[in-house]
Amino acid sequence: MERHFQQELEGVKTTLIKMASVVEENINDAVKAILERNEVLARKVIESDVRINTLEIEIDNAIIDMLALQQPVAGDLRFIIAAQKINNDLERIGDHAVNLAESALTLLKSKKIVSLLEIPQMVSATKLMLRYALDSFILLDPKMARIVLETDDQIDELNRSMTTQVIDLLNSDKKLIEPGLALIRISQNLERVADMTTNIAEEVIFHTQALIVKHHTEEK
Amino acid sequence: MIETLQMPSILSESFETDTKLETKNVNAFFGKTQALRNVSLRIQKNHVVAIIGPSGCGKSTFLRCLNRMHEVAGGSMNGTILLDGEDIHENDPVNLRRRVGMVFQKPNPFPTMSIFDNVAAGIRLNGMARKNHIAETVERSLQQAALWNEVKDSLSKSGMSISGGQQQRLCIARALAVNPEVLLMDEPASALDPISTAKIEELIYELKKDYTIVIVTHNMQQAARVSDETAFFYLGEIIEFDNTKKIFTAPSIKQTEDYVTGRFG
Repeated sequence: MERHFQQELEGVKTTLIKMASVVEENINDAVKAILERNEVLARKVIESDVRINTLEIEIDNAIIDMLALQQPVAGDLRFIIAAQKINNDLERIGDHAVNLAESALTLLKSKKIVSLLEIPQMVSATKLMLRYALDSFILLDPKMARIVLETDDQIDELNRSMTTQVIDLLNSDKKLIEPGLALIRISQNLERVADMTTNIAEEVIFHTQALIVKHHTEEK
Repeated sequence: MIETLQMPSILSESFETDTKLETKNVNAFFGKTQALRNVSLRIQKNHVVAIIGPSGCGKSTFLRCLNRMHEVAGGSMNGTILLDGEDIHENDPVNLRRRVGMVFQKPNPFPTMSIFDNVAAGIRLNGMARKNHIAETVERSLQQAALWNEVKDSLSKSGMSISGGQQQRLCIARALAVNPEVLLMDEPASALDPISTAKIEELIYELKKDYTIVIVTHNMQQAARVSDETAFFYLGEIIEFDNTKKIFTAPSIKQTEDYVTGRFG
């Protein structure tokens, strides 16, 4: 006989996967709006963020109920703790997708078309990290989660490189301040998305292996 | 270094030096039926150890082996049980039961005795009575059992006149009066209401400063709340024995995980 509680746990996982797919779609649309200068996609991302927020509250409520009524322990407890944090991370990634979409609109308004510098490379790596983190959660695969952790440093490096390149760009032409700042914002938002994605991967490792690996504790 | 939820091994060197009770390959029987199989574990001084497991897994039998009550119930056992390094079977069972007190599931005050006499009974039976010390010991025991303030004005009333929760604390006071070193508790709160249960749990927390406690409980949340280490028994065997935090956050063995999460049992 399957436990009623098991069904509730599965329900939270299903809702989280649903939320993750909306978040991933929004990130993909937001970066596509930047790369392809697509206003329609940018506006779609901004409008659909409300779906993510609604799902976040739905998951929050389900978790509060389970903690109050079921007193979970062991693997169930680790899943619920991980789910709560992943819920928060996904909602924040959704917010960053909105920020990226708004920056896409800023770039569209700019009369001068600037080079996106390292942004396409950051986009590819961040999208891949997000995909791996979400798959590792769905498949409960800590090995896949570890690949995400290893990739985060590359994004940090690209972000630093972007800042230097944009400063050079602005020094060469003061009229590029608005698009230049938009590029910085895009780079920073992608870097934050990569960080949140890393958090998700860390939570997958916590849930599946009962290991706390955040803050580079393994290297210390 | 990986920061993990895993606690330091409970079989570490320091653990060995602080061992109060140790069982080695204990097998227990009721006639031909084997109730315990090769149970080996070490219980640290001033720690609370919870024994959990489904009905019939040998929890209570194990507890009763620790003060040789299993023999009184008509059972037999082999293997070794050491109290402070000494084999309990090489000592007088009456003296052993003074050192290893027991509290049962249902409160069992002596029905014809007053509250005072219930606590004093153990002292008198053990020949420890020195008149001027009895009243002192009764008060100390009732205070340790967190019952003194509730009964100090009615010590001459029957032990049966107080509530079930108070009766259970009276039984704890009776056990403490003979100055034991280890306290065995067999489902001490299962017949009590939530407030009385909470009082017993608080009491266990206080008592471990002076005593080593082994508690059998069906209530896993209670085991999680009160104990330092937890042993999971199944079909007479010890499946896992570890730090309670580990057992309830990241047990090493799947059977334990399945039991504590309610997937079986």
